[in-house]
Amino acid sequence: MKFKIYPALLTIFFIIIFFVFYKGLQNSNIYTPSADLKKNIPSFKAKIFLTNEKISSEQIFHSDKFYLVNIWASWCVPCRDEHIFLMNLSTQKNIKIIGINYKDNNEKAKIYLNELNNPYDKILFDENGTLAIEWGAYGVPESFLIHKNKIIKKIIGPLNEDLLLEIKKLAE
Amino acid sequence: MLRFLLIVLFILNFSFLNAQENNLNNKITKNLRCLICQGQSVYDSDSEFANSLKLLVEKKLNDGLNEKQIYIYLKEKYGEWILYDPEFNKNTYFLWLLPILMFIVGGAIIFKLFNIKKN
Repeated sequence: MKFKIYPALLTIFFIIIFFVFYKGLQNSNIYTPSADLKKNIPSFKAKIFLTNEKISSEQIFHSDKFYLVNIWASWCVPCRDEHIFLMNLSTQKNIKIIGINYKDNNEKAKIYLNELNNPYDKILFDENGTLAIEWGAYGVPESFLIHKNKIIKKIIGPLNEDLLLEIKKLAE
Repeated sequence: MLRFLLIVLFILNFSFLNAQENNLNNKITKNLRCLICQGQSVYDSDSEFANSLKLLVEKKLNDGLNEKQIYIYLKEKYGEWILYDPEFNKNTYFLWLLPILMFIVGGAIIFKLFNIKKN
């Protein structure tokens, strides 16, 4: 009589496990870091593109303006697709676009900008990718909308029409 | 001859120290998930992100941070998922204890069956 408890318990146990795994299969197994927390921008010092000068984050970001930090590279194909939206955004007076040139070659980056035009107010040079990690990015392209030294929107992947409208709306 | 040997041994000891530093770097990067190739650890992966992260871990170790501080720093940037070993808190204690539980239950079943067979 005592033994009959064991099969019953075991069955219940396996049914629970079955439902746990079933629920798990419904979820996507690609993880993306959460993009909705309003985090502070990182404090850093970075080299300015094409120079040997360094600039600190305090010198770049002033709390009353809007900034779009855009991580790009000449070898990144989706960056070419989003460039037209960046050019459009660069005509807005209230947003300054700060570029981070990620793991790139200076000559190739110059050619890229000459070909597609330069929407950037300032460009920083991230030689080994550690600056992008400070921002919590892990690929190219990624963009961050900054206001009052906080990240108010993080965009993973290239910009498109909808995201452009959203950025313009947030920056009013 | 003996002096020469002693000098060689003395120098070899320093390479042992460097290997220890690398071992800690390896240990940490083996515990980090590569976010681009999501099946691999940062140690195994050769993606741009993984290589940058390996450099960053080395830099943080040289700055004097210990393993736990590096994990906290990366968790703040990327969330809990970047670590292979999840933290032991109220959300994850079931995750940690379930294998042990299943092992005990399985062991109890085998033990009971063994007793039945014996009788």
